[in-house]
Amino acid sequence: MIVRIMGEGQVEVADSHFPELNRLDDELLSEMEGGDEEGFRRTLGALLDAVRRLGTPLPDDALEPSELILPAADAALDEVREMLSDDGLIPG
Amino acid sequence: MSGVMKRMGMIFRAKANKALDRAEDPRETLDYSYQKQLELLQKVRRGVADVATSRKRLELQLNQLQGQSAKLEDQGRKALALGREDLAREALSRRASLQQQVSDLEVQHQTLQGEEEKLTLAAQRLQAKVDAFRTKKETIKATYTAAQAQTRIAESFSGISEEMSDVGLAIQRAEDKTAQLQARAGAIDELLASGALDDQSGLGSKDDIQAELDRLSGGTDVELELQRMKAELAGGPSAQQQAIEGGAQGDGQQTQTPHRFDKQ
Repeated sequence: MIVRIMGEGQVEVADSHFPELNRLDDELLSEMEGGDEEGFRRTLGALLDAVRRLGTPLPDDALEPSELILPAADAALDEVREMLSDDGLIPG
Repeated sequence: MSGVMKRMGMIFRAKANKALDRAEDPRETLDYSYQKQLELLQKVRRGVADVATSRKRLELQLNQLQGQSAKLEDQGRKALALGREDLAREALSRRASLQQQVSDLEVQHQTLQGEEEKLTLAAQRLQAKVDAFRTKKETIKATYTAAQAQTRIAESFSGISEEMSDVGLAIQRAEDKTAQLQARAGAIDELLASGALDDQSGLGSKDDIQAELDRLSGGTDVELELQRMKAELAGGPSAQQQAIEGGAQGDGQQTQTPHRFDKQ
């Protein structure tokens, strides 16, 4: 599947890694909902590292939609929460 | 329960689909979207230029601050050589707070450099995608009827609109960061201009230390030279050297190594 890391581009990750990413993703969501900024930072970092480690970058001229989209490494908890609550933050 | 990255993917896709659904003829959507892409590319390039301008401004400020820091160090030495440990202490404590500003600015400089690199890469990615989109768009328009085009368009459109959303957001964030740093840079410019950075003590004029040093040495380094020659001729510790040894910590070499001062 294709994963976009915001601000960095897209990578292709084999489906077999999905469970691992999913686990971290669920953790990230509950930290976000609980307002646990520190946990959120840690899990987001781990998730990004995993995607970068397991994925192969897509060529720049690929026009593929991503199945999964991850916030940028320096995205704040509030910023991500806002992106998910309404699409006001996402231009275009 | 679906996590953050799944939801985010859905939101982006929904956005792209909404734009497509609104179109009477999807082929028109292609042209419209392409215009938007070109506008965004312009905006990204302007963003990179803005960040670069801010970075250069910071570099100039850093150089100025470092120049002042060196000057204060020099003044500290001279003051010490003239036996004025109080003045030397003042000069060095001002230098310490300048150094604080310098390390602060260095951190900001790194931040800006990082933003500049990220945006430059984003611009490259977007450019490559825009080129690919243009080719695809022309193919679709030439080959398919409006009805057939619908399915062909969806995928490439969704890919490019996701990229545009991402880059658009990156530009917004970079603009925010740059604006914050610009404000700080402006404040530092004012401090530099007013001399406040030179004078944290609030003791009078911009360069009270220099004024005092000039007064002590008759406005030139002649007095200092004389002091040093006297000391050499006497071959022993002069009055001013005793003053130094009495107070200055860790500056014992001062007595052995005569300093060279700038001759104006």
